[in-house]
This record gives sequence, structure tokens and C-alpha cells, in this order.
Amino acid sequence: MANFPLPLADLLGHWGSYAVYAVIGIAFGMTLESAGFGNSKLLAAQFYFKDMRVFKVMFTAIIVAMTLIFLSSALGLLDYNLIWVPPTYLWPGIVGGLIMGVGFIVGGFCPGTSLVGLATGKLDAFVFVLGVLFGIYMFGETVDSFATFFESSNMGRFTLPELFNASYGVVVISIVVAALALFVIAEKVEAMVNDTPQQRMPGWLKPAAGGLIALAAVVLLIGQPSNEDRWQAVADESEAKLKERAVQISSAEFIKYRDDSKIKIIPLDVREERYYNQFHISGAVHVPLDQVQAKAKELQFEAANTIFVTISNDEAAATEAWKILKAESVPNIYILEGGINAWLKTYAGDSISDEQRLYNRQEDQMAYKFNAATGSRHPAAEPSPHLLDLEYEPKVILELKRAPTSGGCG
Amino acid sequence: MSQATRAKPYLNPYLAGTLLGIVLFLAFFITGSGLGASGGLNRLLVYVQNEVNPQHIDQVAYLLKMAGGNSNPLDSWIVFLTIGTVFGGLISGMLGRRMKFETNKGPQISNGTRWIMAFAGGALMGYGARLARGCTSGQALSGGAVLSVGSWAFMFAVFAGAYALAYFFRKAWN
Repeated sequence: MANFPLPLADLLGHWGSYAVYAVIGIAFGMTLESAGFGNSKLLAAQFYFKDMRVFKVMFTAIIVAMTLIFLSSALGLLDYNLIWVPPTYLWPGIVGGLIMGVGFIVGGFCPGTSLVGLATGKLDAFVFVLGVLFGIYMFGETVDSFATFFESSNMGRFTLPELFNASYGVVVISIVVAALALFVIAEKVEAMVNDTPQQRMPGWLKPAAGGLIALAAVVLLIGQPSNEDRWQAVADESEAKLKERAVQISSAEFIKYRDDSKIKIIPLDVREERYYNQFHISGAVHVPLDQVQAKAKELQFEAANTIFVTISNDEAAATEAWKILKAESVPNIYILEGGINAWLKTYAGDSISDEQRLYNRQEDQMAYKFNAATGSRHPAAEPSPHLLDLEYEPKVILELKRAPTSGGCG
Repeated sequence: MSQATRAKPYLNPYLAGTLLGIVLFLAFFITGSGLGASGGLNRLLVYVQNEVNPQHIDQVAYLLKMAGGNSNPLDSWIVFLTIGTVFGGLISGMLGRRMKFETNKGPQISNGTRWIMAFAGGALMGYGARLARGCTSGQALSGGAVLSVGSWAFMFAVFAGAYALAYFFRKAWN
């Protein structure tokens, strides 16, 4: 599978990984400063159409980074599922953005640029940073009074291709072409506003723009890996684990983690709805098999101490679901050994009569007949483990989550 | 820090943008996270608040996440990224001979006015960045490159807010 992003903390340790971030920060600061972003007057000129540097630098950076990210994902080098995509909280984002826009024209910086302004001795940048700290302080003091709004319109990890129902390749190449067209317009607008002839562009610019369009076209042609492609990349290793039964956890181990306050366990019941209604384990989330893949990106947002357990009547559908989630890089994913049938056999005791037992059944069908939809009200849905002190072979190994759970603003 | 020799000009914006794009790509490629700035400042502030008045931290859920109990708000990658950003600015400023104590502003306003505006604008920026869960670097730049819908909406909102009021502040900058 894709080897990037790297599990930095595993490779370099806690502080070692921070050193990498410091180096990236230095490169970030150097490019911002050399772009002229330490100078507030130059930044503000954007909004009078005199020098549209902010727009040019920012959009060039976005189209270059975007093309490289989706190219490396298309080539199987980078796992896009493990990339931090800021979750969409639409209205808080828009209102916050408008406030920041006003802050930009009043204060002349944004937080990142004020840092390099500060570093190069700009006194207005220093005062601006003090203002930012004050603003952050005020936010912490007042957020409780509008907590509902702050948490509203949460759409999770939501991307433009999903919004427009288009492929990633189409969106990438469209944005590249649109940005390049806007650059041409920006040059003309600058020349008009400043009443000067259009500036001569360096010779490398046109070939570079052509090269970027070509790379975006490659992204479009290759396409992003499907769940099947992703599975192929991890199939060998994962099939071996399934065969060794290293990921099928017993009900006793499941209950141990259910009762462990340091671990969050999310049972994913992938059976048909009628089975789920008849009986399911307390707390189980119903995710039919055809919806498992769509559910994967939501699961990525769970905390690092979360264990996911797929459940079917026996193990067939649960194993299918496990494969789909494994391919989508969901961490800490296990299968309930023996499924619901083994669960009921262990915990139902007298609450299920012999007449309810089905003897001629097919693989992954329920071994018991329920005459009513008992759901999780059945006594076996939430068994007390100390009634039966079952032995089990521990199989769960909590893996350090590779997907970042917060972005650059947490 | 006098300008004994002339400051070097800033880079061509498309070249600077390409370099910034490569840095942003490498940040995502290596670490999985993008770039950011307001998060580091946020944690620095929470650290100071925690030193001054730790009880207060424990009363505000929003602050508790970063500095509750024994957790050190500075123990985060974003803090190191932010420190790096300041050093990067310093290095680039020295290489470009652009280190100079000065206040950048339009000719029609005094330094004092400019500083008041910088503080007010900074406060709005800081407040808005927390509300939007990110600043121009973390949301617009990083989220934009990985095609987050919210980041694009945010980016248009920032430009809209600034352009909408630019006319009223023209004296400050021109």
C-alpha cells in the first residue's frame, strides 16, 4: 500500500517527529518571507488591485500542491485517506472567514504572514500578533455563549468532488485551468489599475504552466485508486492475518474492551435490517454491507483509542466488511469471532428456547428464530461478563493511528 | 539593522507560489497534515493562561481540551511548525537583507494609527480564525489543496470580507 504519509512518531519518536515539523516550518517561513508576505502594505495592495501577489502566490501554491497530492495518490504513493482534510463546518467557517477578511484589511496581515513580518522586524506585525493573541483569548472566553452555532452545519470530511459529484481528476484539472486563466486576468487588471504596461513574465512561466496542466491531465487519466485497488495493495498481508485468525476477536475480549473506560469500542453490525431488528448487540451501529465503504471516512474521525468490530451472523459478511474497511485504511479493525450466532450460543442461556433453534440453515444466516423484533432489549444484548469468566486469547493490538486527527489549527 | 546594502527584491510571485506549493505538498506527503499558524499561537496563549490561572482552564471546555490536567499545550507538532516559521522568516529576511525595524503603512496615517489598526485587525483575525477552525494557512491554503468544501467556502469569505471593506480603509494603505 501507499507508504506515505509516514508514521513519523513510530519512526522518529515523539520529539524526533517534532523536529520534522520544525524543518517544514522553516521552509514555510522562508517561502512566505521571500514572497513578500512580511510586508503588510504589499499584502493590502491585493485589495486595491495594485499588486495581486496574495492571490497569485496562494493560488499557485494551491494548484501545485493539489496536483502533486492527487498525482502521488493516483500513483499509489500517498494514501489520501490518511491526509488531514479540514472538516467542513460550513457556517462557522463562512462567518469566521468574513471576520478574518475584515481583520485582513484592517490589520494588514493574516496569522502566518504576521509571524514572518515579526521575524524581519516589522513593528506593525508585532502589534498584530499581540492582537491575534487577544482575539484568540476573547474567543476562548466567549465560545460557550454560542456553542451551538460553533458546532453547527458539520458535514465532516467533505470534498469538492463529492459536492459536484465529479471525479477528483476532473476537479483538479478544472481548478488548475481556472487558476491559470485568473492569473492572466490578474496581470491585465494590475496593468490597468497601475496604468503601466503589463510586466514581462519570466521565460520559464509558460512551460511550467503547461507542465502543470500535463500533470493534472495524468491525474485525470490514471484516476484515484478504487476500494478494490486499495485492497489489492494490502491483500497479501491482510489475507494472512485472516487465515491466522489474528483479527477475529472472541466475545469475551469484545466485552473486556466494552467495559474498559480507556477504550472506545464501536460494533458495526453489517447484517440485513431484519436480522438487526430481531437481535443485535447493545450499542451496535447498523451499517449494511453496501454502505460500509461510505462509512469509512466517518470512522477515520474517531479518536485513536477506538476499536471497530464488524459483526454478521457467522463471519462471512463481517469479513467482507473488514476487507473494505482495511482497504480504506481504517485503523484497529477486528471481526467478532463466530458472529451473532456464537454470541447467542454463549450468552443467551435460558432466554432462548429450543424451538427457536434452526438446524438447517445456510452460511451467515441467523441460527435462531425470533418472533419479535427484540433488537437490543433482549437479555443477551448486554451480558454481564462476570457471570461467565471466559478464557480468551487476546488479539487486539492497538495501532498508533496514522491519520492526523487535527490540522494546523488545533 | 541598517540597510547598508540594498535589500534584495522579493521573488516573482509565481515562483514563490510554486515553492510554497512544494513545501505544502511535502508537508502533506511526509506528515499527513498541512501547514498552519494560528494553532501554534493559540497553544502559546493557552500555555500562558495555564501558568497564570490554571483553575480557569479547567472551567472552560474549549481550553480544557488543550491544557486540562497534566497535558502541556506546547506538546504539539503545530507549536514546532510555528517556531520553525518564525525562524524561516528570519533566515530568509537575513539572506535577502530585508531585516529592518519599520512600520509598513500608507503615507496618510501615523505609526500610532497603524499600530491601533494592526491590533484591532489582529484581534479580528484571531477571533475569526478560531471560529473558522483555521486561518489562511491551515484552512484556505492546506484545506484548499486537499479540496475540502469548507476550506473553499472559507477562502471566498475571507476575500469577500476584505474586498467589501477595502474602500473604507483606502486611506490607511494608499
